[in-house]
Amino acid sequence: MKPAGSIVFFTVASGAGYGLLFWLGLLGAGGLIGGDGLFVLTVIGLALVLITAGLCSSLLHLGNASRAWRALSQWRSSWLSREGVAAILTYIPAIGSALCVLTGAYGWAVLLALVAALCSLATVYCTSMIYASLKPIKEWAHPLVPAGYVILSLFSGAALLATLMALAGEDPSVPALQALVFGGLGAGLKWQYWRSIDTARPLATLGTATGLGRIGTTRPLDPPHTQSNYIMREMGFRVARKHALSLRRITLWAGLALPALLAALSLVIAGPLAALLLLVATLLALAGLLLERWLMFAEATHTVTLFYRGT
Amino acid sequence: MTCLPELVPGQKKLGLVIDLDTCVGCQSCATNCKEWNTSGMSAPLPDFNAYSAGAEGVWFNRVHSYEAGEGAAGKTVHFPRSCLHCENAACVTVCPTGASYKRAEDGIVLVDADKCIGCQLCAWACAYGAREFDEDEGVMKKCTLCVDRIYNENIPEAQRQPACVNSCPTGARHFGDLGDPDSKVSQLVAARGGFELMPEMDYKPVNRYLPPRAHVVPEQGKPVEDAPTPMDIKSSLLRFMDKVLTR
Repeated sequence: MKPAGSIVFFTVASGAGYGLLFWLGLLGAGGLIGGDGLFVLTVIGLALVLITAGLCSSLLHLGNASRAWRALSQWRSSWLSREGVAAILTYIPAIGSALCVLTGAYGWAVLLALVAALCSLATVYCTSMIYASLKPIKEWAHPLVPAGYVILSLFSGAALLATLMALAGEDPSVPALQALVFGGLGAGLKWQYWRSIDTARPLATLGTATGLGRIGTTRPLDPPHTQSNYIMREMGFRVARKHALSLRRITLWAGLALPALLAALSLVIAGPLAALLLLVATLLALAGLLLERWLMFAEATHTVTLFYRGT
Repeated sequence: MTCLPELVPGQKKLGLVIDLDTCVGCQSCATNCKEWNTSGMSAPLPDFNAYSAGAEGVWFNRVHSYEAGEGAAGKTVHFPRSCLHCENAACVTVCPTGASYKRAEDGIVLVDADKCIGCQLCAWACAYGAREFDEDEGVMKKCTLCVDRIYNENIPEAQRQPACVNSCPTGARHFGDLGDPDSKVSQLVAARGGFELMPEMDYKPVNRYLPPRAHVVPEQGKPVEDAPTPMDIKSSLLRFMDKVLTR
């Protein structure tokens, strides 16, 4: 599948924003976020900026963005529609929580932040199911895809929150520990996922796609058109195998393992150095996730290429 | 509504039956499809770089050619590929806006271009590559089964079928109700062992393809053309004797 830059940026930025909201709600309910109202407002503000930037970027993928409001109507059947509804619903408790902080209603602020955390989780899950429900793409309709989106969103959100807490002079050890745990989980999951898609059986063959398998081995002879077309450009994207492997390694080590390690280091080092480590970890994680999402597209194969290439 | 319509008993399922035995790969179905539909309900079907290198455009029908099998049992098969109007159409259920829909009355899968936001998720969901994006208008386009011909009372009744069926010079394309077991197309599918494409996707396509017929292997032995014909006998007397003795 051709990597869509607008969607790659969307899932990384919004994913981090939703992860940030999730941890704020959870740690706030656990009484682990300090009582400083300004800090909570900053966290909610940054989360909403990331989420909104991502959502705006996703509109760039549309052929008719001015009609985007229509996408909220088909939540009964469509995961994309559910994602849109969940994304908009998340704004309500998130902004509500910020307003409660401003008015000093801290009890309500904690409760609404917890609701926002649940909405965030639901939104990221809906995003993952858009991909996981597409049967013709075996690398997407894979059981590890939803878990991957959720875990990596919680990883980048935890790294962000830890950085913000360290910069604000608070103790970042709880979110740093979460970044370590979810970074490790994410690395393990991606490793397992790549192993699985490399050995997965093809969904179909040219023989079953054309029904000509009953005659014998089927292979393309003449293409239907001499030039490219939308289908070949959109579904036929191919990334050189050796590049895919090195990009996977970079994602795994620089984007997931190293930030998790830096988060672990920050647990034992206190003070401004910890803040610096966490900042570097967050930037690495976000860059790594951009690469990971790009690979999600680039490595995905679609059954329609059977008709053109036979594989 | 992007939920699929409930199937009723005797559900009408309009679709195509394509005979891979008689298709000669002439592209007339694809060409006539483009001609009709570029001014039909999904008009226009745009072209890009139409008069220079890299010319391409939106087509609803693509005719591939394949080789299957080896040696004397092998076949060269021309294979037209278009929307199969699936019963279990994922391109419909993934649509977030309700633009993509399956008609309850005849099962035709259509796109309402006024509602389409151009997210292209339906094209990703189609296993068969039946949907092509109109990059000029930013909306998805697809085969309409010539819904603007088959019910059109302004054209002669004999022509009220999809443009691809009308133009096929070898009669390899058939149109009808595949939900009715007594219809001509259903009988044809039953008689020839028609099959569906990629059944493992469980999209339950309505269209059927008829397999190429088995090779007729000529009888072994002395080729008939070895015997002299009356034309080979130059002398009229000998020709007369041949005629008498042959009797």
